[in-house]
Order: sequence, then structure tokens, then C-alpha cells
Amino acid sequence: MSDILIFGGRLIDPANHIDAPRDLLLRDGHVAAVEAPGALRGATAAETIDATGMIVAPGLIDVHVHLREPGQTYKETIATGTRAAAAGGFTSVVAMPNTVPVNDTVAKLEWMLDAARDPAIKLFAMPAATVGSMGAELTDFDALRTAGAVGFTDDGKPVLEDHVMRAALVAAARAEVPVSQHAEDTRLTGGCSMNAGAVAFRLGLRGMTVEAESRIVERDLQLLRDIEKKEGLRPHLHVQHVSTARAMQAIRAAKQEGLHVTCEVAPHHFTLMDEAIGDYDTHAKMNPPLRVEADRAAMVAALVDGTADCIATDHAPHAAHEKEQEFERAPNGITGLETALGLALRVLHRGQGLSLSRIVSLMSTTPAEIIRVAGRGALGRGHFADIVIFDAGAEWHYDAKTTLSKSHNTPFDGAAMLGKVKATISEGRIVYRG
Amino acid sequence: MTLSTRYAAGSLLSVRDLSVTDVSSVLELAARLEKMEAAERARILSGRTVALLFYESSTRTRTSFELAAKSLGATTTLVSDKSSSIEKGESLKDTGLTLRALGAECIILRHPASGAPFVLARETGLPVLNAGDGMHEHPSQALLDLRTILTRLHGTQAAAGVTADSLKGVTVVITGDILHSRVARSNALLLPRLGARVILCGPEKLLPQEAAELGPGVEIERDFDRALRQSQVAMMLRIQKERLAGLELDLGDYIERYQLNGERLAATAPKALVMHPGPMIRGLEIAGDVADGTQSAIEEQVAHGLRVRSALLVRALDGNI
Ligand SMILES: [Zn+2]
Repeated sequence: MSDILIFGGRLIDPANHIDAPRDLLLRDGHVAAVEAPGALRGATAAETIDATGMIVAPGLIDVHVHLREPGQTYKETIATGTRAAAAGGFTSVVAMPNTVPVNDTVAKLEWMLDAARDPAIKLFAMPAATVGSMGAELTDFDALRTAGAVGFTDDGKPVLEDHVMRAALVAAARAEVPVSQHAEDTRLTGGCSMNAGAVAFRLGLRGMTVEAESRIVERDLQLLRDIEKKEGLRPHLHVQHVSTARAMQAIRAAKQEGLHVTCEVAPHHFTLMDEAIGDYDTHAKMNPPLRVEADRAAMVAALVDGTADCIATDHAPHAAHEKEQEFERAPNGITGLETALGLALRVLHRGQGLSLSRIVSLMSTTPAEIIRVAGRGALGRGHFADIVIFDAGAEWHYDAKTTLSKSHNTPFDGAAMLGKVKATISEGRIVYRG
Repeated sequence: MTLSTRYAAGSLLSVRDLSVTDVSSVLELAARLEKMEAAERARILSGRTVALLFYESSTRTRTSFELAAKSLGATTTLVSDKSSSIEKGESLKDTGLTLRALGAECIILRHPASGAPFVLARETGLPVLNAGDGMHEHPSQALLDLRTILTRLHGTQAAAGVTADSLKGVTVVITGDILHSRVARSNALLLPRLGARVILCGPEKLLPQEAAELGPGVEIERDFDRALRQSQVAMMLRIQKERLAGLELDLGDYIERYQLNGERLAATAPKALVMHPGPMIRGLEIAGDVADGTQSAIEEQVAHGLRVRSALLVRALDGNI
């Protein structure tokens, strides 16, 4: 593998408390040297990247993506999805298990993680917490962990039964990985296609209440408490795509109490509100749904005060014909890998004054900690050469037609973005150039 | 809010698409059509093709639109799920494209999904008239209700056009299952734009508090008698028993509190205009004698429907008159 020298950039590496000009030498897929500007002048490298005026940061990590393979490759494949991820500055993504068939065995997990799938970047996966994601019988956590699972989830739906979720948390605690929960009490959301409230009333659509989310979060937190007390274990609950102020408040309180809970917020939930549905725009249909301004503001506040641990896209590609339907029939989800950084910088950095270092932390350092992968999310010597180089001040507009994903289902077509990815390097290979 | 350019001119998907000027010109057109000789009227859309796409049965609305189109000389084709002429499993988009390919120049759509007319209008580029979509809207009904109110309160002349003040001083109470009613939404969104005050009335389960946020000029009053005392128009909505069952509502209690009967009407609003979009359940939301009484405009509503829908078709097809 050829060496790469990156010079002239501003290195932001929150894990190592660095936000300063640094040059980097990458060798054999790893970081070989991080030095003051000019110190690597003598180094020979097959490739040099002039990062003058750019931010050099550990590659972004998305703990929540849907890559649709196996089973729905007309929407996305591991190859196309990871290329879209690379274009967004990501060097690692975690594939959710709601493929067809559901990723719930070692054989399926290994198939997914096989190099034959041709991922452009590092692919991780969270297999299903229950067989077939049916919510009844736990999958083999230990065997799956050994085969590479970085967590367990029935994403798309919650683990609803109390005793099953309890067992999942216990098994995950023993396997030392999180249970990642899609918090939705589906007993309360049948037939619902958006957030409950004034907009749903006007549009004549059945709405999901805030309680449908917060109830599951509160139930799961109670399980954590109970397991810590009775089993002497310390399970890690990761709450996916939090969308309501109420659930976020429950998580904030649980953190203060000392429970091991982390959570993610999706860019659309800190950017948009249910009004974005306009006249039944299915590109604004997702689950959890877009909420009201108070909830959006609460997501921003949580990202600012640290209650929200990371940003995750919930990248959910769907074919055009699936979205060109009646709102209630159209599938949930939007693509998100190519717009996440641009929205985070625009809304959180420029809009809220969140430092670039915090943004990198939310999109790389902390996600790496949540899925407990070593050597990523930081750029010390010996770490994987997973790097994103971006121009933090570049203003541009996203054009969905240019996507590297197979699907175009985004509410951000034409939206203003801040910060443009100039290069993405995965384990020492340049996988994207902007 | 005006109709976006994503939809063909002449589409009517929501009353929100109509400016006061648009409303006025529809009413004016309806008045002109009404005065016309039948033979002259039948030439307006002669040779034009209108498709009625009905995913939900509705004798009243379908017949009204069909007769309107025929009275203008248009050829109509009915595609409904009842006649199983809707291809099973085919998407709304593809059904619309097929109708367009077969020569339909305008589609009248009744659909159980809120927002379906927007999909059809976006995907076909044809003018689409929303004949009721899910729990969303029924804009032609609101326009015919408006014409009925204007005619009864202010006379035929006044019903041939409106301004933002035409219903100033008029309070309309809409009572019943507001939650599921597209008629209620369309009226509550339209009438205040012409100066009316709209009171929505009903129990919490049929009328959630967020209904008050529909728009300016809309309020909620749970006490029907108190609402009636303030109103010049009482618009009653059908109560479907099966829905009440699902919501655990006591039917007897509902009748006691919200039925419009002779006694209540005489005591609270002896001059108010009584309306109902039909089909009504006599003895439930409305007493039979009130439905048939002199204050009732229920039959006139049907007649106004024909004229208003004729005007909407002429508008949609840009007919020469
Ligand atoms: Zn998801």
C-alpha cells in the first residue's frame, strides 16, 4: 500500500485533544506520523494531499444505516451505500439488520461482512436482537459477537416485550456490546404516518404521539436500573434516532443517575419539523417522524449540552416508485449519508456555535466509542488511516441527482449545506475526492 | 397559500389552493351556468373527456360530478373499485397515467387516503378535482356549502361572487365527528377566509383540541347549546356508529348533548340555517323533523353541488363560455 502525506491542514482529533495545524503520514493503512507543520518534509510518499485551509479529521462513523443488501438491492447495495457514505466523509458505517432475510445468524452476518460485497469503507453490522426481528426469541449474541457484531437491534421496530428486552440487555452486557433500540410503542402507532398534532390534524393523517417514543425509552431505562441492581451487570442501552423532547429528557435524567445509556440524533430531526411534509411530500416521511419546533429545539439542545452522544443518519434508501405513492402507503425513511456533515455544520456549527471539534466528536469519536471499535474515531499513531478532509466554510447546495446512492429519497434536494468533503480516506485508500 | 406550479391549473386539491378571487370566480361561473339554457350549457365541454376515479363508493358526490360533466356535454368514464375496473395492485400513479393515455383531460378522484389527489396531480400533470380524500378535505363540498349559505342568508345575487368580507358577522357551527370529517376541514379552512367565524363542536374524542389550530377564525366550543346561540348556520356531520364504538363513546349521551332536534333548535337558534353534507342518520346527529323543516337547506345543498361542480369542471378544462 502506498504512503500518503497530508500537509497544511488543521487537524481536529477530539480523542487526542488536538485542534491545531498538523501534517500526517499514512502508511500501510495506518497513521504513521502526526507532526507539526513541516516536520514531515523529508518523508517520501507516493501521494501528497495539500490540505491547506481544510480540516483533517478522523473519518466519520455512522452507527445507523440501512444498506438494503441482501434482498432489496434495487434500493441500495453495500457497494453503492458505502460509496455514498464515502462521499459524505464516512469511513465506517453500521448496517442495520432489517434486510431480506433479516441478519440474525452468523452465516448471514459473515455474508454481509464479506469482502465480496465490495464495501468502499469499513462495514460493521448490528445483527437482529431477536430471531427474524420477531421480538420473541433472542439471537445467539455470543456467537454473533465473535463473528463481528458491534451491537444488537431489531431496528425498524422495537423489542416490545419487557422480558425479551430485559434478556437482550443482559445478554448484550455479557457480550459487552450495546442493545440499540428503535423506541416506538407500536401498540400506539398503528396506522400512523406522521407526528401527532396540528399539522396531522389538518392533513387528515393519524399521528404518532410523543408518548409512543418516550414510553419505550422510560421502560428500557427502568430495565437498566433493575438489571444493575439485581444482576450486578451494567448493560449499555443505545437509543436510536431520538426525536422527542420528552424521551431526550428521560435520557438526560438517566445519565445523571449514572445509567449506561447513549443516544443518537438524526440530522433531519435537528433540522426539520412536521410542516416540511407540505402537501404530502413522502420525502419527509420517516420513522420516528419529524416533530414540532419544541422537539427540534430539544434535539439541538441535547447535542449542545452533551445529552445526545452522536449524530447518525438512519440512511434509508427507497426507490422512486415506492415514494411516489399515497403518503400513508409510502415507506418510511430518507437517504442521509451525503447530507449529514453539511447539515450538522450549517445547523449546529454556524447556527448554534457548536465547535468543529464537537461536531467531529459527535460524528466520529463518540460513535466509535458506542460501538467499541478500536483504532477508529481518532488519529493517533497506529490508528487506522480513516480520514475525512473537508472545507468547513464551503457553502453549496445538495443536488439529489448527483448522489452515489441508488436512491434519491431526500427532503434535502436543493438544500443549503455548509462544509464540503474534499477527500475521504479509508484505511489508507482514497475512496472519495470532492 | 396558492397552488404550486407542480399541479395543473384548474386543479382543486384543497380549499387552501384557492384565493378569495378564485372562490369568487368559481361562484360567478356557477351563477352564469345556472342561468344558461341547457343546450347552450351542453356545448361548453362537448368533445372533452373527464374520468371519475373512485376508490371509495359515494353515490352522492359521484352522481353530482357525473351529472355536472354530462350537463356540460363532456364524456365521462367511471373507474371504481366497486366495478373492479381498478387494476388490483396497480399504483395510483400508473392508473392515472393509463387514464391520461386513454384521453382523460381531467380526473375527479375520491380516495380513502388523505393526500392521494396530490400524488395523482403531481404524477399525471392533469387537472385533478379532489372529490374527498381520506380524513383530509372535500373542497367542492365546502364551495357548495358556501353557495348555499350565501344564497340563504344574503340572496342569489350575493352568491355570484365573494370578497373577504362576504361572511362578516356570520358564525357557523360545525358539529359532530370533526376528527374524521373532510367536510369539516374544508369548511373550517374556507369560510373564515370570507369573514366567517367557525365554531367546531363535539366531544374531545371526535374533536381533538389541536383542531383549533386549523387556522384563523376557528374555535372550539364543547357545549352545543352555547355554540348554537351564537350561530347563524348549523352544519351537522354524520356520526358513524362503528366509529363511536371504537372510540368508546356513549351513543345515548352523544344524542343528548349533540343532536340537533326541534326543541334545541327552537330554544337556541330559531332562525339558524340547518345544513348536512349527507348522508345523514335521522334520529342520531339530526332529528327527522329538523332535517325536513323550513330551516333546513339540505336539499338545496345538493342542487348547489351540481352548479358548483359544473363550474369547477369548466375551470379545470378551461372551457369556453
Ligand atoms: Zn432505523
